Amino acid sequence: MRQRGPAQAPAPAPADPERAASVRAIAEQLSTLRGPLLPVLHEVVATHGYVTDDDVLVVAEVLNLSRADVHGVVTFYHDLRRTPPVAHRVALCRGEACQARGAEGLYAEAADRWSATAAVEVGEVFCLGLCAVGPSGTVDGVLHAALSPDRLAALTDGWSR
Amino acid sequence: MTTAWVPCDAAAVALGADAVADAIAAAGVTVRRNGSRGMLWLEPLVEVETERGRVGYGNITEAEVGPLLDGALDDTERCIGVVDEHQWLSRQHRVSFARVGVIEPTDLAAYRDHGGLVGLQRALSLAPEEVVAEVTASGLRGRGGAGFPAGIKWETVRTAPADVKFVCCNADEGDSGTFADRMLIEGDPFTLLEGMAIAALAVGATEGYVYLRSEYPHAIRTLRRAIDIAYAHGVLGESVLGSGRRFDLDVRVGAGAYICGEETSMLESLEGKRGEVRAKPPIPALEGLFGRPTVVNNVLTLGAVPMVLADGGEAYAALGTGRSRGTQVFQLAGNVARGGIVEADFGVSLGDLVEDFGGGTASGRPVKAVQVGGPLGAYLPPAQFGLPMDYEAFADAGAMVGHGGVVVWDDTMDASVMARFAMEFCAKESCGKCTPCRIGSTRGVEVIDRIRAASDDGVRRTQLVLLDDLCTTMAKGSLCAMGGLTPMPVRSALEHFPEDFGVPVDAADGARP
Repeated sequence: MRQRGPAQAPAPAPADPERAASVRAIAEQLSTLRGPLLPVLHEVVATHGYVTDDDVLVVAEVLNLSRADVHGVVTFYHDLRRTPPVAHRVALCRGEACQARGAEGLYAEAADRWSATAAVEVGEVFCLGLCAVGPSGTVDGVLHAALSPDRLAALTDGWSR
Repeated sequence: MTTAWVPCDAAAVALGADAVADAIAAAGVTVRRNGSRGMLWLEPLVEVETERGRVGYGNITEAEVGPLLDGALDDTERCIGVVDEHQWLSRQHRVSFARVGVIEPTDLAAYRDHGGLVGLQRALSLAPEEVVAEVTASGLRGRGGAGFPAGIKWETVRTAPADVKFVCCNADEGDSGTFADRMLIEGDPFTLLEGMAIAALAVGATEGYVYLRSEYPHAIRTLRRAIDIAYAHGVLGESVLGSGRRFDLDVRVGAGAYICGEETSMLESLEGKRGEVRAKPPIPALEGLFGRPTVVNNVLTLGAVPMVLADGGEAYAALGTGRSRGTQVFQLAGNVARGGIVEADFGVSLGDLVEDFGGGTASGRPVKAVQVGGPLGAYLPPAQFGLPMDYEAFADAGAMVGHGGVVVWDDTMDASVMARFAMEFCAKESCGKCTPCRIGSTRGVEVIDRIRAASDDGVRRTQLVLLDDLCTTMAKGSLCAMGGLTPMPVRSALEHFPEDFGVPVDAADGARP
């Protein structure tokens, strides 16, 4: 329907047929929802950890969207990551309420501590809703409040630097 | 000692409540999980059932469970006595939050026992226009920040002809310093479901969506569980409370975009698109989700509706001040000694919240400023603490009540850093659709950097003129409140704390155009 002019060349075969089949199954299963794209992409990330260009092709085909539409959505939202997750992830809140309780120093120290460690990703997040007991953050997906450099060090004890 | 209550609220859990609950259960005591009372500085707050009532113990760690159960904490300051009688709570007026922290969040029987579903039952006995009339009479205004009268919005949707209509709850509570939506959903989700069902009956909608942010995993779990239970008990589904009227409800999870808290951006996101703001008109009440008439209300707006219907619009309108009727759920956050939820009638003063309830700063240093209404709200100095919490009074002071968040800062805060951050945040989170917001925010960071680095007064003066001009462009030319209100924290920071920008205090008036 969206095609105009000469027919598009067929998409190249996906690099990982097993993954493509899984993504197709996810998209087909959720395709009956109203506005299914975000739930589908969330599920792809939950299952496979990130969204690849091949995933975009499959999802676009199943949901009868253009590849550009899906690409546009994937690149708009912070949660829809496009690179494989690393071993550990720390996400620290940099919202105003956490800043008022020292979040900026904590963030700078954490970013510095793991700057040379590929297996640890330090990210920022804007508000986890724990604004009276900050600084807050997540360590491998688990919520923590009242964080300090010492507390963060204790929680990540054993991670390679 | 038979039963202990340990909050399952994310704030309590993030401070170790799960381990405390496990340790209490391991000691052979029955553990029940409530939402949080909103006394967040005391979390994890364990409550033990006694003949006197539920006695609270603050800041309990896993290691202290033994002494707690042995009674060793009873005569210490860690024991706060009967929680319901605690002065911090008894001075509040809990309406929307009446059940939060009291009952188990997904216990439908307890919800009924505490007055739940009365509003929905009454709504079912009324004609749709009568339900809308109650909401209009209550004076309820949108709690998300804009303060638009809910009844007028509902009436627009009710009278719009369409094959299908929607009720969407905006639970994309991205503003730093706000957490009441999260706590209501985690502590008393049925209130929200009931409010949405009433809205659906009133406007003739059959489908609803809660757009809930991904940063709230506990809330997502609790809300999904509550919806399942509500379906199983006929509160939702093809025949709401046996009335033969259908209302289906689903949760949709955001994906980390702040802008999706803007209602048209949220609708785009619900449709599976980039969260780019729509131009208005058309208003969502006429052309909303998938182009159909749609009620979009905040969690607290919909959460107030059951009480409005149960007790009548007049009872709700009897609370509050001026054109701000009812109660507002204020959230004390940031560097505050006693942070948490303060639900009070509109009209309570800012100083009452920060000093009486909040107890000043957590650091013990003097309060320098508070930011009210989230990242787009104004920074206000203690000199403004006499302001009543009221939409119009705040607007007159160049500020906004917003979603009721109050972030406290001590005297180590640098207002020019926060002004820069406001612009930086806008640059990061702008949807990019309109130029004043997309480009203006980046230019704003640069101009503030130049002001902060200015070595002489002339340079500073020029850049201040530029900043003011830029703020005017953003405020007047942006499509939505993100670009439109980012100048508010910037300008208020400059107005109240010129010295942080290198402007001599006594010359401040002359320095600004």
